[in-house]
Amino acid sequence: MNINLDVQDISTRPAEKCVTKLKAENINLYYGTFQALRNVTLDIPSCSITAIIGPSGCGKSSMLRLFNRMNDLIPGARVEGNIELDGIPIYNSKIDVVELRKRVGMVFQKPNPFPMSVFENVAFGPKRHGIKNRGELEQIVEKSLRQAALWDEVKDKLGQSGLALSGGQQQRLCIARVLAVEPEVILMDEPCSALDPVATLKIEDLMRSLAADYTIIIVTHNMQQAARVSDTAAFMMMEPDRAGVLVEYGPTAQLFTNPKDKRTEDYITGRFG
Amino acid sequence: MAIAKFDTRRISQRTAFTFLGLATLITVIPVLFIIVYTIVQGGGAITWDFLSQFPSQAGRAGGILPAIIGTFYLMLGTLVFALPIGVLAGIYLTEYARDNWLTRLINLAIVNLAGVPSIVFGLFGLSVFVLAFNFGLSLLSASLTLAAQALAMVITTSREAILAVPREYREGSLAIGVTKWQTVRHIVLPQAFPGIITGAVLAISRAAGETAPILVVGAAFLLPGIPQSPFDQFMALPYHLYTVAAHVPNMPKETIWGVALVLLVVVLSFDVLAAAIRIKTRQRSQL
Repeated sequence: MNINLDVQDISTRPAEKCVTKLKAENINLYYGTFQALRNVTLDIPSCSITAIIGPSGCGKSSMLRLFNRMNDLIPGARVEGNIELDGIPIYNSKIDVVELRKRVGMVFQKPNPFPMSVFENVAFGPKRHGIKNRGELEQIVEKSLRQAALWDEVKDKLGQSGLALSGGQQQRLCIARVLAVEPEVILMDEPCSALDPVATLKIEDLMRSLAADYTIIIVTHNMQQAARVSDTAAFMMMEPDRAGVLVEYGPTAQLFTNPKDKRTEDYITGRFG
Repeated sequence: MAIAKFDTRRISQRTAFTFLGLATLITVIPVLFIIVYTIVQGGGAITWDFLSQFPSQAGRAGGILPAIIGTFYLMLGTLVFALPIGVLAGIYLTEYARDNWLTRLINLAIVNLAGVPSIVFGLFGLSVFVLAFNFGLSLLSASLTLAAQALAMVITTSREAILAVPREYREGSLAIGVTKWQTVRHIVLPQAFPGIITGAVLAISRAAGETAPILVVGAAFLLPGIPQSPFDQFMALPYHLYTVAAHVPNMPKETIWGVALVLLVVVLSFDVLAAAIRIKTRQRSQL
């Protein structure tokens, strides 16, 4: 039940700007003998927000972590199938995983600022990538914090620990930290699940403002959130053997108002999950 | 009836607390007794001369300066060899080694290394450092021997400190295209540093108290001077204590306890130092 839609048709943005940024074909993911994903095929359009929704344990996060090969860190994880970034297969021995993760950054469920100052948190990536000039770093930090809508709140306390910020500020700091390395894709793994409603709305606004320049994929439990922020939505589910499958994939408005699959309809109307 | 049941529960709770408290008290009593008794018996021997003079009359008179200095040199030597090797091995085992039979075997060997009797380390040092490497009976041989013994503890505490660094920090770093080594170097190690340094200081304070291993690799009872190079023999507090207590006739009791007191203060002061470093760095990282 894998539905592939032409990305040009679903985007609300000028067609010439939007291309298939990430492509997953017939993905099977195993953790040891357990199959976590079965036969998932999905195209992610650039300059838009794609939401992956579905019940707990359906493999949403596993799917997301395939795009920057974070699953490589899990012992026993094995991937079959093909994933491409700008047409280049990323599960290939010639691919530099470090370079890939620079282009495909990630924001996690629990805000995880490093135990260092706000400034150092944002400058961490650029510094490790070889930028040493203090002035240049200051520019990057300010630009990233502004992009993450955090600058006005922290500009007077750049030297303070990132851990001293509120939960929502910490998550925006983590987004700024990703933006500072100038990625093309930002993966967000339930970025608001640890935040209060006000902080959640701020992150959602931020995501909308970033969508013009970045390809964003968000995993969320919260269907209202998916409906509010995403352009495209993918609904995943578990099969009886607990392997995750893609049930339906299409423009968010269509998926939520006129789902093609009975299971999608049941889920979004709250009949299970 | 309900009240009666409540009472038996309260009695059994009280009994449990009493026994737990008693067990704790019993563990503390010997430690306090040793410290107090050593101070009472040896406190009178501690004078400036005792700490700053060379021994005379086979240790019956004069001071123990060369033994104090020898012990500090030994601790320094142990630290220089055990800390870098132990920390690097700890990093490798936690961050890089794959979970296979070889790694498990190495881990098992490290755990068992801590259980090897110290005199066996002494014989190892004698045959490897003193004879095979031809370092002779020397400060260098003794430092290497004690370092070999301290390694198990340094590696184990380093591993624990490294494993205690939250996975979220590593992932946050790797997820922005930072290499594994940069992550270890800039995220993991600074976080693990207090734990690592605490383990290392405790390991060398334990090494400072060792008598058996240094007995066969270079400790001397009486020397005319302070070691001038790593290849010189040396005096050390535990070995001096052993000799004056067991082998010198007509030894003033107060002097024996005086040596014991100095050794105790040296070892305990390093334990206090370890605690201070831990508290200090913890405060700083929570800023």
